Amino acid sequence: MSAVPLGPESLKLDCEAELQRISQWIPQVLTQKLRRRGLVVAISGGIDSSVCAALSVRALGAKKVFGLLLPERDSSGFSTERGRQLAEHLGIEYQVHDIAPALDALGCYQQRDEAIRRVVPAYGEGWKNKIVIAGGVEGGINFFKLVVQSPDGEQQSVRLPLREYLQIVAATNFKQRVRKTMDYYHADRLNYAVVGTPNRLEYDQGFFVKNGDGSADLKPIAHLYKTQVYAMARHLGLPDAICNAVPTTDTYTLPQGQDEFYFALPYAQMDIALWALEHGRSAEELALALKMTPAQAQRVYDDIRAKRRATEYLAAAPELIPD
Amino acid sequence: MSTIKADVRRYIEENFLLGAGAVSPGDDDSFLEHQVLDSTGFLELVAHLEETFGFKIGDDEMVPENLDSLNAIEAFVQRKQGAA
Repeated sequence: MSAVPLGPESLKLDCEAELQRISQWIPQVLTQKLRRRGLVVAISGGIDSSVCAALSVRALGAKKVFGLLLPERDSSGFSTERGRQLAEHLGIEYQVHDIAPALDALGCYQQRDEAIRRVVPAYGEGWKNKIVIAGGVEGGINFFKLVVQSPDGEQQSVRLPLREYLQIVAATNFKQRVRKTMDYYHADRLNYAVVGTPNRLEYDQGFFVKNGDGSADLKPIAHLYKTQVYAMARHLGLPDAICNAVPTTDTYTLPQGQDEFYFALPYAQMDIALWALEHGRSAEELALALKMTPAQAQRVYDDIRAKRRATEYLAAAPELIPD
Repeated sequence: MSTIKADVRRYIEENFLLGAGAVSPGDDDSFLEHQVLDSTGFLELVAHLEETFGFKIGDDEMVPENLDSLNAIEAFVQRKQGAA
């Protein structure tokens, strides 16, 4: 066993020092590598994009940061409200652009609903949906369940066959890709660079859409654990509504936690697990810290490694034939 | 080799190995450990087994003990067919 116990303290961050480091790094990268004059940040109302926007303002000043709020039909109204609140708080110029008509034209909702109806034929107007992950933490093989809710509030859950799962995910990925198209429109228009907003957990585990939210010119918090991003939000004095925001995907019509959709555990525990793996801590140590059995802790480690392997290509440049 | 194992081996070779020169897994080799299948790969395999052998695989049966090697799959399919 290592001398220093594993736990929330492992993730303690000197927020002021980190703020200084990031604030110096952003203008260096912009001037020396990207050669752009400012930053575009898509603001979802969640913690990560809010911290990225605030860091951008600290680094460059409010006049050099352009915010984008890109709601669609399934976005929570709270997200847009929090996004506006943040943009006003930071004093940046911003634009709200409803991407639902673009998504409609591309067939996003239609393709998704068609796949859902193959599994739940009654699904239609007024129904809600989400996808949840199952199996992995209990020692099984990861699979996905579709949860739907009828207009009268009755929920049902069904395992998704592969074809329908892939079609639902492919259709919903339009959302992240259309948002990125808007990011780059404004970046090109302003001669700015685009900020990517993943935290370390998301970046490490491939929790992003290739050529969607995974696409960016710089990712200023991809080295910070989610717990540290929350600490940074409080250090930056962001509004309470943002500092206390529960992480959701804001992609499906039913409320969906990120741990339901992708991660094996809630983010605070995933952070500790990822930190422990990165620092060579044993499964037994992780088990003690997370109050689980060593076998369960080992499965968490295995799941982290499996997701790294499966998603490695998402962040990779295209493969080329060598000379 | 049994028909079940031969079918699954052929399916894995045609769909996952793609003639890239990787050695086909041994009868007891773990697909996970040998990185033959990832989680999406298992979902593809489950769909193939359900279609080929005509039964439904329950959520509680989606475990490595049933699906993570050729021998495990053969035993699992035989149990399912015996129970039918």
